[in-house]
This record gives sequence, structure tokens and C-alpha cells, in this order.
Amino acid sequence: MAPVATPFFFYLLSGIMLIGGILVITRKNPVHSALALIVTLLAQASIYLMLYAPFVAGVQIILYAGGIMVLFLFVIMLVSIDRVQKERQFNSQWVVGIIAATALGGLFMAVYTKGKDIFPEHALPMVENDNTQRIATMLYGQYMFAFEIASLLLLVAIIGAVVMAKKKI
Amino acid sequence: MLEYVKSYLTSSQTPGAAGNMFWVLVYILLIFTGLAIAVMLMTWLERKVLAHMQVRLGPMRVGPHGLLQPIADSLKLLLKEDIMPAEADSFIFWIAPFIVVLAAFTVFVVVPFGPTHAITDMNIGILFMLGVSSLSVLGIVMAGWASNSHYPLIGALRSSAQMVSYEVAMGLAVVSAILMTSLNAEGTGTLSMIGIVQAQQAQGEWFIFKFFPLGLIAFFIFAVAMVAETNRAPFDLAEAESELTAGFHTEYSGFRWSLFFLSEYTAMIAVSSIAVTLWLGGWLRPFPNLLNGAIWDKAFSFLPGIAFLFLAAMCFYNTVRMPKHPLFRVQTIGLAVFGVFLGLVGLVLFVPAVSIRVQDIFWFAAKVAGFMYLYIWYRGTFPRYRFDQLMQMGWKVLLPMGLGVLILTASVALLQQKLWHP
Amino acid sequence: MESMLHITTLHYLVLGAALFLLGVIGVLTRRNVVIVLMSIELILNAVNLNLVAFSRMWGGLHGQVFAIFVITDAAAEAAVGLGILIAFFRNKETVNIDEVNLLKW
Repeated sequence: MAPVATPFFFYLLSGIMLIGGILVITRKNPVHSALALIVTLLAQASIYLMLYAPFVAGVQIILYAGGIMVLFLFVIMLVSIDRVQKERQFNSQWVVGIIAATALGGLFMAVYTKGKDIFPEHALPMVENDNTQRIATMLYGQYMFAFEIASLLLLVAIIGAVVMAKKKI
Repeated sequence: MLEYVKSYLTSSQTPGAAGNMFWVLVYILLIFTGLAIAVMLMTWLERKVLAHMQVRLGPMRVGPHGLLQPIADSLKLLLKEDIMPAEADSFIFWIAPFIVVLAAFTVFVVVPFGPTHAITDMNIGILFMLGVSSLSVLGIVMAGWASNSHYPLIGALRSSAQMVSYEVAMGLAVVSAILMTSLNAEGTGTLSMIGIVQAQQAQGEWFIFKFFPLGLIAFFIFAVAMVAETNRAPFDLAEAESELTAGFHTEYSGFRWSLFFLSEYTAMIAVSSIAVTLWLGGWLRPFPNLLNGAIWDKAFSFLPGIAFLFLAAMCFYNTVRMPKHPLFRVQTIGLAVFGVFLGLVGLVLFVPAVSIRVQDIFWFAAKVAGFMYLYIWYRGTFPRYRFDQLMQMGWKVLLPMGLGVLILTASVALLQQKLWHP
Repeated sequence: MESMLHITTLHYLVLGAALFLLGVIGVLTRRNVVIVLMSIELILNAVNLNLVAFSRMWGGLHGQVFAIFVITDAAAEAAVGLGILIAFFRNKETVNIDEVNLLKW
């Protein structure tokens, strides 16, 4: 089904994402930041649905919002003691950080204003009904090697995380 | 405007796929109301069935045979004082029940009650259901954290660890069922819920009986994992009264606690819907292949009406058995009226025009109701698992079994495709 | 106004750039290590949004497949990063990156 009311949903969801992003980087309580990040990730999954990418949206909800953020919340609960929230929240080099981020922002603005003619006005039509099947064909056909390497990477990450967090190796 | 409303009635798609927003809203309201009624019925049914299993009677006072007990319960919960712990993080304390309720209810967007009786038919249906139901873990973790007290915190950590572990086993069982949908001529399977039931219809057998016993083992793994996923007995260590006061919802009272309660029953209905759709043929009537033909179709189409007439007959039988005391007069009349209402519904279901449309919903609801009865049966029968036994079973028993079933199903499916359809 | 109402690929790219910028500010200016890690997740999400927007523009699915790989990588990296954080916290009882200065002379 084609997306309906695209401008309304795009501006609504991008507003939610940007407000969520600002809340992530400015909240003192890390649990509030994690909650804002969950909202941002769910809004991003909705934008993927608008971009004819339902499988990536589903993967984003399961892995990011339902897996990684649970991991973050567990660690925040283990690590955040009350003393943490009463300290300063911005670190000692925040001025340099803001200057560097401003420079990066200026670079982005320059790129997107000067180069806005490269992107075609109307995007190609895409089907959505067999999105999962086509991704599966590509994943197990053309990108098979990358798929296997990704699973190896996950194995290494599991072993690494278990070793890091054990009390006695 | 009226044409917009009526244009959907002859369509063969779900309203979301057809883009008809009015009917989408109607379906959302119907499902929401149906779920609310189902949850209230579930609370009554649980207490009565558990009581009868324990050779006692259960609630008998509030209405005839306790039928109005859910109303009394919800009134009590609404009127209770709303306590928030002093040092609790009030925003997270407030929002945690809402996240759990949202995750439990949003799942029903793709649940197929019939070939066109779903709100929409996403082509990632089962992925969406698994993903959104995993969002309820976030709500539980936040509820435990925000209560600022150690019983809820330990309860929340245990409960969320359990849910995350059994999600893996659930996912593997689901994948081996999805594999079976691809055994058609083109070799393309589907993740859409309606597509899965249509694959069962096309292949002529429910997936629980396919490649016997592989479908049965996959169903068994999912059935165990779904009980653990919803924190129900025998996996309810995190919320049992004798273990951790009440686990992650200790500090919640009144309406907030009822939100957790509501979301628990809704999540039970949601995972039962997944099990029914994937293995038990969704909205298909029993024996679609063995007893096919117009006569058997007609015979099975009488069953919804017969079921309601049977319930009405039981109501009348119990009306006759009510004590003949003036204090019981109102209850007797109430039970008789309820019996008449059920009888009328049963008679309406005999009309062919109604029966054609409602039959799919009836079979789906009957199968999910069977699962609800199984949930209550497990609660009355099995002793509770200790937490380390629980985690051991999730990772060391169900996960290898799920992997084994997946590999065997894939091998048998490949052999079948190569040998019989070369 | 007409160009604001028709959503093109450029809109998605600008949104991705804005998220990337927010993530960079978070990484460079916050003290709490957990929030720095969450800002890194914001950066990775901005990259994913760009990838999927370009996949929409060209009509192929390569961008979406690569976005799935990026999500997998982000999961692995978050797990390892949080493991390092827990090991660090066990030694020093703090989550400030300003105090990761044992090698400072």
C-alpha cells in the first residue's frame, strides 16, 4: 500500500526524532535519555515504513528498540548510582566539542545547498509486497559472504562481552 | 461518503490494505471492545476454573455464579488510592504501565480473524508481532527501576531476563513454521499472517501436523515459550505472591496495577493468536482436507450456533438449580435473561448470511479460547519453576530443540521439494 | 512552500544529517559514558537513514541490506562497549569519561 499523507507524517516523525535526539543528549538522568532514544528509534522505524522498507523497520523494532535498548537499560540500572546524577553533566572540553560540531554542521549545510540538484525530484516506484523475499534472495545470494562474516562478528562480540563482564576470568 | 463506506464491503482485502480509513477505525473499535470483554471474561473464567480444579466453587456471590465479579473487581481497582513511592522517578513510574499496555495492544493490528477480518495485512506481519511484543520488556524494566525499591527491581530484572531468553526459542519455533509456508509451487514463503493461514489452506493441512512430528515439536516449543514469555505459571516466579511480594508491580496500586493486569491478559491472547495462526490453521474450520465438500462445510457452519445454544442451555439448567430463596430471585432472573441472550445470539448465528461472515471469527476465537483454558489449566496443575531452572530450560533445552527442529524441517522440506516436485 | 510539501530524498538526507549532528554533539560533550554510547547509536541510526533513503532513490535493495548489516554491527558494538563499561565501573566506581585518565602523565 502506498504511503498516505506523506508530508504530514514525515514532518511529524522527523519532529519526534529530532526532539528525541535533543532529549538524549541533554538529559541528566540516563534512564530518561534511554527512553528518549527508544522514542527516536521507533519513529525511525516508522520512517523506514514510509521509505518502502518494511523488513528493515521490523528488524529495527526487534533488534534496536527491543534488544539493544533493553541492554542499555540493564547496564544503566547496574551502573547508575545516585551520586552520578548530582554531578555536572557536560565534560571539560565541551567548548571545543560545540565548535567542532558547528563546523560539521556548516559542512553539511554547504554540501546540501550546493549539491541539491544531484538528487532526482521523483523517486523510482518501489514495490512493497515482496520486500522480504527480495532482501532474502540478496542476503543469501549476493551478500552471503558478508552475512557469514556478520554472524562471526556477533560470535566474537558475545565472547568479548561475556569475558569483559565476568568477575573472575 | 456513503459510497466510500460501502465500497469496502465487496472488497477482498483487509481495510488497511484497501486504504479505507473508516473501516479501519471500525475494526480498531471492534477489536478493542472485544479485547476488553475478553479480558474481563478471562478474569472471571480464571477464578472459576481454578476453583473448580481445586474442588471449591470460586466467586458465587456478586452475580449469578459470580458473573458480575469482573465488574466489581474493576470498580474496586478504579476507586483505590493511587500511591506513588516518595523517592520514585515519577515520570518513568507513570509511563511504564502505558508502554506495557501499548505494546500488548498494538500487536492486534495484524492479528487475522478471517481472510479480510484484520485491521491490516502487513507483509512483515509475524515479524511485527514478535517485535512489538518484545517492547513490553522495556516497560517492565522501567517499572521495576522507577519503583525505587529492591523487590520490584529484582522482580523486573528476573522477569525481563526470562522474557528475553524465551523470545529466542519463540523466534526459532516461528522460523520453522514460516519455512513450511514456502512449500508451494513458486517456492516463496511469506511473513504475512493472512498469507500463513492461506498457505495452510493451500497445502491442505495445519502446520502442526505437517512433517509429523516436526510441526508438533515446533508447536510444543512455542507453547512452552509463550507461557514463559507472558510470565504465567509455571514460569511466574517474578510475580508470584509467595516469592517476591508481587515482583515488578509491587508498588503499583489501583488503576496502574490494573493496566499491568490488562496487558498481561492481552499479551496472553496475542501470543495465543500467533500460535493459532502459525500452527492451528487460524480461521480454518477443523479437518479442512479430510472432510471437505459442501455437505461438511454446511455441517461445520452450524457449529457456532450450536455452541451458543449449548451455553444457553447450561445457563437455563443452572437457573433451574438455583436455590429457591427470595434473596436469590434477582440472580435467578439475571441468569435466565443471560441464557435468553445467549440463545438469541445462537439463533442469529444460524442465519446463513450472518454465518458466512462470522464463521471465521468464531473458529479463531474458539481456538484462542482453548489456549486460554490451557493457560488456566497449567496454572492449576504445575508447580513453579525456580529461576535458575527456568533460565536453564530456556537456554539449554528449548534453544537446542528449536535449532534441531529448524534444521530437520529445512532438510525434510528440501527433500520433499527435490523428490516430489523436481 | 511547494518544495516543502513534496518530500524528496533530500529531505531524508537533511534529517539524517541533523541526527548525525546531534549524535556528534552528544559524543563530544557529555560526561556520562552510557550517554556517549547512546549518542553513538544515534550516529549509526543517522547513517542507516541515509542508506535506506538512497535505496529508495535508486529503487534497488542494496541500501536496505547494508542497513541490516549496520544494525547487526551496532548491536555487537553496543554489547562490547557496555561490557567494557561494566569492567571499568567495577574498577573505578564512576561513569565519567573525564576520570579515564590512568595513563595521563
